[in-house]
Amino acid sequence: MPIDLVANVVLSGVLTGLVYGLMALGLSVIFGVVRVVNFAHGEMMTIAMYATVVLFAAFKLDPFVAMVPVAAAFFVFGYALQAAVINPFITRPEHSQFMLVLAIAIIMVNGLLMAFGPDARNLQVDYQLESFALGPILVDKARLYAAFTALAVSAGLFAFFKFARIGKAIRACADNYLGARVVGLDVKRYYAFTFGLGSACVAVAGCMMILLVDVTPALGPAYTLLAFVIVIVGGLGSMGGALLGGVLIGVSEAMAGLFITPSAKSMFSFGLLILVLLFRPQGLLGKKA
Amino acid sequence: MKRRQFNRALAAAGVAAGLAPFGIARAQPQKLKVGVLLPRSGVQALIGQSCQKGADLAPAVIRQVLGVDVELMSADTESNADTARTRAERLIQEGANVLVGAFDSGHTAAIAQVAEQRGIPHIINIAAAPQITEQGYKFVFRNFPTAIDLTRNGLALMGEIFRATNTVPRSAVFMHVNDTFGQAMAKGVGAILPRLDFLPFKVLDTIAYDPAAKDLTVEVSKAKAANPDFLMLVCRLNDAIILRREMAKQRWNPMGIISPGSPGLYEEQYTKALGPLAEYAICNTVWFNPKSEMTRNVGAAFRKNNPRDVLDFHGTNVGYTYDAIMIAADAFKRARSTDPKALAEAIRQTNIPVANRMSLGGPIRFNPKGQVEGNLSAAIQNLKGRPTVTLPAEFAEAKVVFPEPAYKKG
Amino acid sequence: MNRRAAILLAALGVALAALPGFANAYVLSVATLILFLAYTGQAWNVMMGFAGQLSLGHSLYVGVGAYAAAGLFFHFGIGPWAGVWLAIALCAAFGAAIGFLAFRFGISGVYFALLTIAFAEFTRIGFDHLDWTGGPGGLFIKVAQRDQIDLANFRGPPAMYYYAMLALAAGAFALCAVLLRSRAGYYWQAIRENEEAAQALGINTFRWKMAAVLLSSAMTAVSGVFFAFYYNNLFPEQIFNISRSIEIILGPIIGGVGTLFGPILGAAVLTILADLITELLAALGWEIPGIKQVFYGIVLLVVIMFLPHGIWPALARKLGVGK
Repeated sequence: MPIDLVANVVLSGVLTGLVYGLMALGLSVIFGVVRVVNFAHGEMMTIAMYATVVLFAAFKLDPFVAMVPVAAAFFVFGYALQAAVINPFITRPEHSQFMLVLAIAIIMVNGLLMAFGPDARNLQVDYQLESFALGPILVDKARLYAAFTALAVSAGLFAFFKFARIGKAIRACADNYLGARVVGLDVKRYYAFTFGLGSACVAVAGCMMILLVDVTPALGPAYTLLAFVIVIVGGLGSMGGALLGGVLIGVSEAMAGLFITPSAKSMFSFGLLILVLLFRPQGLLGKKA
Repeated sequence: MKRRQFNRALAAAGVAAGLAPFGIARAQPQKLKVGVLLPRSGVQALIGQSCQKGADLAPAVIRQVLGVDVELMSADTESNADTARTRAERLIQEGANVLVGAFDSGHTAAIAQVAEQRGIPHIINIAAAPQITEQGYKFVFRNFPTAIDLTRNGLALMGEIFRATNTVPRSAVFMHVNDTFGQAMAKGVGAILPRLDFLPFKVLDTIAYDPAAKDLTVEVSKAKAANPDFLMLVCRLNDAIILRREMAKQRWNPMGIISPGSPGLYEEQYTKALGPLAEYAICNTVWFNPKSEMTRNVGAAFRKNNPRDVLDFHGTNVGYTYDAIMIAADAFKRARSTDPKALAEAIRQTNIPVANRMSLGGPIRFNPKGQVEGNLSAAIQNLKGRPTVTLPAEFAEAKVVFPEPAYKKG
Repeated sequence: MNRRAAILLAALGVALAALPGFANAYVLSVATLILFLAYTGQAWNVMMGFAGQLSLGHSLYVGVGAYAAAGLFFHFGIGPWAGVWLAIALCAAFGAAIGFLAFRFGISGVYFALLTIAFAEFTRIGFDHLDWTGGPGGLFIKVAQRDQIDLANFRGPPAMYYYAMLALAAGAFALCAVLLRSRAGYYWQAIRENEEAAQALGINTFRWKMAAVLLSSAMTAVSGVFFAFYYNNLFPEQIFNISRSIEIILGPIIGGVGTLFGPILGAAVLTILADLITELLAALGWEIPGIKQVFYGIVLLVVIMFLPHGIWPALARKLGVGK
């Protein structure tokens, strides 16, 4: 196996993994704080992808620019969804939560089908098919930019939770629900805020993803599953964990595809998930419960 | 009105009156009810809707050409085998005399069973799994090549391409989707290719990939590293697009992309999404006969019904779906009755000459297994943004281009 | 069970038994599908409602059961009555493995659900590469004409399949009813309500949770065997798919988790609802692809928001029957 082939594949796995990580980040934030199983996560990213396509078609907005209004819109949407619909379900059993979010997911997917039809949509920007050449290594431009954005957003989020007042309050709610209530924090509002934040995250991920993948209405569920795998592997509530999990999955799938058979590479991710669940359920960077 | 009340009764778990089968006693029945089952929603929605275009224009053209009245009863299989099965039952219940469908081999197999068990003829428009016509069914007919036939024709056409362009590629990498269709094609290639002595190339590597994969970096890297002369590809639409983009990103320009038979490369979405990158891809697949009279008639109707669509992008889907309904109508005309046994017998005796069929091939005749042999593939190349028939020479609309202009030796 | 419940149950039983007499083939096929979902949902309910473990990968057992029996029939001509035992054994083994791994390592809740999904997906991709069962090309069993009943090979007219499924569903119902009232049933309820307290009382929670998982997977295996011989073709993509797992659990959740009648009611309501929506939309002329599922999703949403315990408990109160 020639070394530059392996190097190219690994690098690509890392870059793609970072974007996956960004998507999972939103889920980690939501799941880690609000403890709701958001099985509509992938669908939300799909909507963000469509939004980016529409903005590009109408205003020629580059996804890196469109990212801002789309994320803002999703923040509002997430906030409203949590406050209005999901909130009563926090204390309900998992299967109820699952059913609720599943119903929302079904409505989202088929609403998109109704609105956009089944064809794949995409946008074409100049740098999409270009790559940087570093000797024998070819670096996909779009993937590189997306990876940098993922890192930037994660850093921003990390700083938010560490230094901002609201961020610290949210962490308090996550760590100790009762204690937070006792201290007088309006937990409901912080939950909604968190959901909004997680949604904004997944929106940014969607804006990046549309550069790499065409969007169809049925795209969501596979990404939801991927996001969960990454979050579990990386560690719940850990931002670094989400990124690390993403990179790990990205690289392991690439390696599996290279050395074993490509059609079975998803098996690898699931195998990894099973192993992590068994031997280190808090994830690689998560705190022990 | 009756149907809705019927459903409410069903909901109360009450009585449901059986609908008596359509009267056989009538001397010359007025029309043939054709139940059309296609995936109009779900993952295969795009292709299903494309096939539906071929179905929708059929009654008008058939009335004009055959003088027979056909009533369509269209149902959505929702890209789901269970739904396909219950919809088929439903259509039969509502009086369908013949079923046509359903593009996907899994759904088609489910419908075929229902049809066989109920003794209602089922004409398969598109489905390549060989087993469907190996079950000993008496009521299931297929006017579409099996994966093995597709492969054989596709590989033979490759030889013609190389001869026509005076090229001798020595190596290829074979990439294929790892689903029902892709696997069947791969098996066919594995069985047939070694026995052919008129093809100059060796397959350096076979790479199977997940049709749902969103990232084909690894697969393309592997293929590029093997340094083949050209890429042999069995794909579906979305992965074909991802693959082509990845090839551009990795700056891999082989002599060309040739498919022995699969969807994807000639579809509208492929050209729309890739623009100039879509040019020169060749797909050896079943197609419509650009020179037949039936094609002219259907083409005119298609343009009228779908002013914004280009028939070329829907060649296979419209051609074969239309022909399936046309076969039913032709049998009906000869049988002069809607009795299912009579219809099945009439279908078995079908002998439609080349000029009167839209799909490309010899005369339509069913062998004892209910399979039509002699459906031909054509080398369809994307030229100037349109899928164009380049081979066989007698049907060609343009000359085949191979190797692609971007290819640089060495 | 009070008198009212007994009478209603008897009436339902009679109606179901008599259905093939006056229903046409289409209605019968829908009814068979409802009973299939009801039975499989009941099997799932054992794991969820009794032991409190959310399994989102139940398609694993349907698939393994189906392929086991179908494979034996296809390769060796062994009929389903013998094949079902291999199916049960294999599924119980899978269930035991998942249960053991989960409970020993203390995995529960969402993590358990994800574990089950991972196993189902892993198996799906695995079967896609398994040649003995036909790989992604699928496994086809030979089909015969509908007229004769060949009970040994489980072939016959639709009515035969209907009665078989009815027997299975009724059997599952009876079994669960008996279990609920037995000692096992109380242990399960205790574990479901508060596992730590149950442990403190001396209940061997590990053993009882495993029992529920084993029972659930074994029951689902039988449903898989039925599926194989009713549909006669199997594809890994369709049978191990996560959407099938979801389809299995919709009935019990909407009907009422942990209740006896919930899965049956849920299966019936959802199947008929789907059909009604299609009819309604066709009548209104709103045939846009996707609109049916949007309506379906809205109904699910409404039900789960306003009837969080499912339809059956509310309905049972109205009818004046017990649980």
